[in-house]
Amino acid sequence: MTALPVSSAAAPTAELVPGAPPPAPLIQDLWRGISRENPVVIQMLGMCPTMAVTNLVANGIAMGLATTFVLVGSGIFVSLFRRHIANEVRITSYILIIATFVTLADMILAATFPVISKALGPFMPLIVANCLLLGRAEAFAAKVKVTRALVDGLGMGLGFTLSLTVLSTLRELLGRGTLLGQPVLGAGYEPWVFMVLPPGGFFALGLLLLAVTWVRGRRARRSPAR
Amino acid sequence: MTGHHHHGAPALPAEPARQVPAWRLLLTLAVAGGASGALVVTVYRLTLPAVQRFAGQQVESAVREVLKSPARWDTLYLIGGKLVAIAPDASDKRELPQAYVGRNAAGAPIGAAITAKEPGFQEELSLMIGFDPASGTLTGIKVLEEKETPGLGDKIETDSGFGAQFRERVAPLHGIKGRSPAASDEVQTITGATISSRAVIRIINNALARWRPLLLAYDKQAAR
Repeated sequence: MTALPVSSAAAPTAELVPGAPPPAPLIQDLWRGISRENPVVIQMLGMCPTMAVTNLVANGIAMGLATTFVLVGSGIFVSLFRRHIANEVRITSYILIIATFVTLADMILAATFPVISKALGPFMPLIVANCLLLGRAEAFAAKVKVTRALVDGLGMGLGFTLSLTVLSTLRELLGRGTLLGQPVLGAGYEPWVFMVLPPGGFFALGLLLLAVTWVRGRRARRSPAR
Repeated sequence: MTGHHHHGAPALPAEPARQVPAWRLLLTLAVAGGASGALVVTVYRLTLPAVQRFAGQQVESAVREVLKSPARWDTLYLIGGKLVAIAPDASDKRELPQAYVGRNAAGAPIGAAITAKEPGFQEELSLMIGFDPASGTLTGIKVLEEKETPGLGDKIETDSGFGAQFRERVAPLHGIKGRSPAASDEVQTITGATISSRAVIRIINNALARWRPLLLAYDKQAAR
């Protein structure tokens, strides 16, 4: 999935939209958000919810899936109406579309998983302010067909969910000795409470970024052609 | 990275940019706003019953717990500084402060339960408190909602021993540290969660100071 033909990006496309993303197979649109342009570990977007909710695995997954729902929903609608939304009011319209989906996600979560909804507290409505949402709407969904917008939203959302799950697994495991609330490290383990507190979030994110950068650097050295 | 395709170029005009009339911009926003509003209201209506059912279940199980399984209970509503058994039809019952008077199988009162909400260490801390209005003796407490520090302050909810020790204690309570409670008004604070423990004690003391006179006044009136 690493060999995207960057050189052909400038080739004329069927959709004559300035700044439109180069055409790519749907699988690449999907995979991009999970790996090469992962929202958290590569683009460094959505740091606020990332740090705030990843003290428990259940919260991290729920926030990831809720954000995915909003990304897919808003991506579809931004793409559907891209020819009807005038340039002058596009940001307002995108935010309106995003805010609508965030509100829907918040209400649906409260009705289906009230405990998780409570745990996420104010961070659910704050998805509106996650730059990832407006970023994908402006840079991608507004310039491509609905199917691509949908797949891109799904990929970005899954990438976000993956990063949050990894972070929250690390933090809950070390900070509480549990995973999804189930004890796994045994009674002899003294929980490293620091990890579930805010500083532990920065620490865990630092470790994750270090690991990702190291892997990427190694890969780049091994295949200099890229 | 190839993440940034867009650098300030206008999003739409495939042909040269032309002025879009203001009414069209307004129309776009009005239509989008209307559609968004309709969607939100629809989903709100669809999800409301489930949300209310959950809130009701939570209160119900908390009342059962703090009053030690009453046979039944009456709900009283606080209106204009007085407790009444029947709220006026016009008022929204959910919005009124409520007290639950538990009764045993014979119908005799066994205690009252109320909810109280005050700031904890980080955010509002909400408790269900069961007590005997006449003596101020607690029958039980339960944390309904807290956002205290995970692993430390949240022990007021997760450490079952902390909540259990309030049973049979008499308000106003005092928090103690490092020794076992001796007097009937003493409860032990949790190491590492002193502020959250004290917040629980403060909330109980304030709530009983407020609700005991109200409940006693209601009893007197009912007896008349």
